[in-house]
Amino acid sequence: MENLVYAIILLPLLGFLINGLFGKNLPKMVVGTLATLVVFVSFCITVSLFLKFDAESQPVIVRAFEWFRISGIQINFGFQIDQLSLMMMMIITGIGSLIHLYSIGYMSHDKGFYKFFTYLNLFIFSMLLLVMGSNYLILFIGWEGVGLCSYLLIGFWYTNKEYGAAARKAFIMNRIGDLGMIIGIFMIASQTNAVDFLSVAENSSKFALDSPIIIFITGSLFIGAMGKSAQIPLFTWLPDAMAGPTPVSALIHAATMVTAGIYLVVRSNFLFSLAPTTMDGILFIGLLTALVAAFIGLRQNDIKKVLAYSTVSQLGFMFVAVGIGAYTTAMFHLMTHAFFKALLFLGSGSVIHAMSDEQDMRLMGGLKKKIPITHITFLIGTLAISGFPFLSGMISKDEILTNAYGKNPIIWVILFAIAAMTAIYMFRAYYLTFHGEFRGTAEQEKHLHESPKTMTIPLIILAGLSVVGGFINLPHFIGHGNYSKLAHWLESIYVYDVELPEVAFGTEMILLGLTVLMFFVVWFIVKNIYVTKKKMALPDEKYSGWERLSNKKLFLDELYNATFVRFIEGLGVGGNMFDKGILNKFSDFIGIGAEDSGRAAKRLQNGNVENYVLIMSLAIGIILIVNFILQ
Amino acid sequence: MEGNSFIQVVPLEYFIILCSVLFCLGVLGVLVRKNAIIILGCVELMLNSVNLLLAAFSSYKGDGNGQILVFFIMVVAAAEVAVGLAIIAMMYRNTKSVDISIFNKLRG
Repeated sequence: MENLVYAIILLPLLGFLINGLFGKNLPKMVVGTLATLVVFVSFCITVSLFLKFDAESQPVIVRAFEWFRISGIQINFGFQIDQLSLMMMMIITGIGSLIHLYSIGYMSHDKGFYKFFTYLNLFIFSMLLLVMGSNYLILFIGWEGVGLCSYLLIGFWYTNKEYGAAARKAFIMNRIGDLGMIIGIFMIASQTNAVDFLSVAENSSKFALDSPIIIFITGSLFIGAMGKSAQIPLFTWLPDAMAGPTPVSALIHAATMVTAGIYLVVRSNFLFSLAPTTMDGILFIGLLTALVAAFIGLRQNDIKKVLAYSTVSQLGFMFVAVGIGAYTTAMFHLMTHAFFKALLFLGSGSVIHAMSDEQDMRLMGGLKKKIPITHITFLIGTLAISGFPFLSGMISKDEILTNAYGKNPIIWVILFAIAAMTAIYMFRAYYLTFHGEFRGTAEQEKHLHESPKTMTIPLIILAGLSVVGGFINLPHFIGHGNYSKLAHWLESIYVYDVELPEVAFGTEMILLGLTVLMFFVVWFIVKNIYVTKKKMALPDEKYSGWERLSNKKLFLDELYNATFVRFIEGLGVGGNMFDKGILNKFSDFIGIGAEDSGRAAKRLQNGNVENYVLIMSLAIGIILIVNFILQ
Repeated sequence: MEGNSFIQVVPLEYFIILCSVLFCLGVLGVLVRKNAIIILGCVELMLNSVNLLLAAFSSYKGDGNGQILVFFIMVVAAAEVAVGLAIIAMMYRNTKSVDISIFNKLRG
């Protein structure tokens, strides 16, 4: 068991080391195969561990070594394998290996091929560390590791200045969150005298419900989650992160890393359950993020930007679920979202690949016939996220909606509207890309081709998962909860019972009917607009009113620039002035003073021995006189 | 105090005053004269005024150690004078002068 756990985490590290050190001189085939293989073997081992586990199994702690000891707290470097971490590991290594496979095809023309796979393996390693760590500090190492990989991969094509800026933006925004996170960890350590999850969970009972200290701790941790999972106000980095290669967007910025915030909250459920105030805050932030991002997504014309805002919006959904206290629902949506959003991103990558690196949907169109596999799989992804009955996205999203209704019908109404917006922008993206006339250049049309097998196979597998992924957690009313496998599976990781408000069967059916009805209505309307009426997306400057707001991302970047960036710049200018005007002057003064006093003192040394003797005897005389007087 | 020498006929204050005057003369000489040989002589004068005082104190205290120390000092002074005169001789050879006011090469 122990060796298997080590193998899971060390294999990607091994791949990283080999590719990083020797990859430059290895053939591309070897680099790609090796990187994919280590992750895939990790996945196989994870599955074997998974098969040994059942819902009642106790968490397994693998202690590698004592890391350090400080003021009575012993901190071990160890791993915790339980139902939650196994679920995350399956998602990471499973989707990770598919995306590695895809990248072999996608990156085949790139000069930085070996570098790309090195970073990807390092990412998988860090992400595994994040979800496998047995205490908050190891989680934090992984947390920073994935942040680093995200930075490296967003700025992968670093010769483009904008991409480099996007990478820095992601890095800096994440640092803001990480500050909150590390404060939270320190508070946990000082309050409970432990940082490993099991002991903190045990000691958490000493906190009074909703006491200021627990609100502070959970609030700090949530700020960390906000940065990593792109919630308002720290979300603007994620859309910019689309500068990275598309497989990166799929793996890091949709399926795994950005969900680390959800993982953190669910992992710390023993703290968050004690702080209803923080939970309400999370609910509010999640709701606001989902709404704002969905609104912005309505009029984006870059295919990856649509998906990016959709990701932010779906993360908002997950946080709404977390905020209600429906941790399992959040994890469920996390998983289905990983399937269909990875699928959509990889599909968009396949489109971009076919279109010779064109990302603007206004210059695509009519790709249905040219790239049939991509088309079908992208359509499945679109249907899954928009809520086609019985596809994975519909089942998990419906669970969130039902729980929200139980909490407060107003939340349900807002989420319902967001779900409708989701369907609108996804179908808009789908129809603009695949239907109508081809609008690109003749040159691009000549090059149109279906992607190689390494790219289409992951698409097909992910499409399959997007279809059936929902069935692991069917709603409670089907078979009296016998098919709510995931809920049962995750039960044992929750330290405190969470009371979810019950929703009557009849009401639940009506809500379900409404969402399905909404889906088909939206589908019909969007199809009518973009296919039957052949309406086209406008050039950016033609938008007005709300469309302009949406297209310009609510001017949030401009707002941040005008406030925070300007403020920091002001600080910088002020600091520069203080440095040059005062500090520099002061240090100059010391130098000049020494020089001047030296120049003055050098007159004393005029080379006349009599002078020296005179001064000497005068001094002795003075000393004698003073001495005499003092006596 | 028995067996005191005649030296004790002279009160100690006289010795102190004499030595102070000699010493001040020496200092004055070093300060105002330009001739290196005279300066050297003045230095010797200061040295010997102190020697005299040492011998006087020694005698008054009835302790011979002080007077023995004086002999040592005289030996050292002799060596010092030998070195000092050699330096002055070299100065003279180089500049045809023993005026110390022209030896100010070390001014800052």
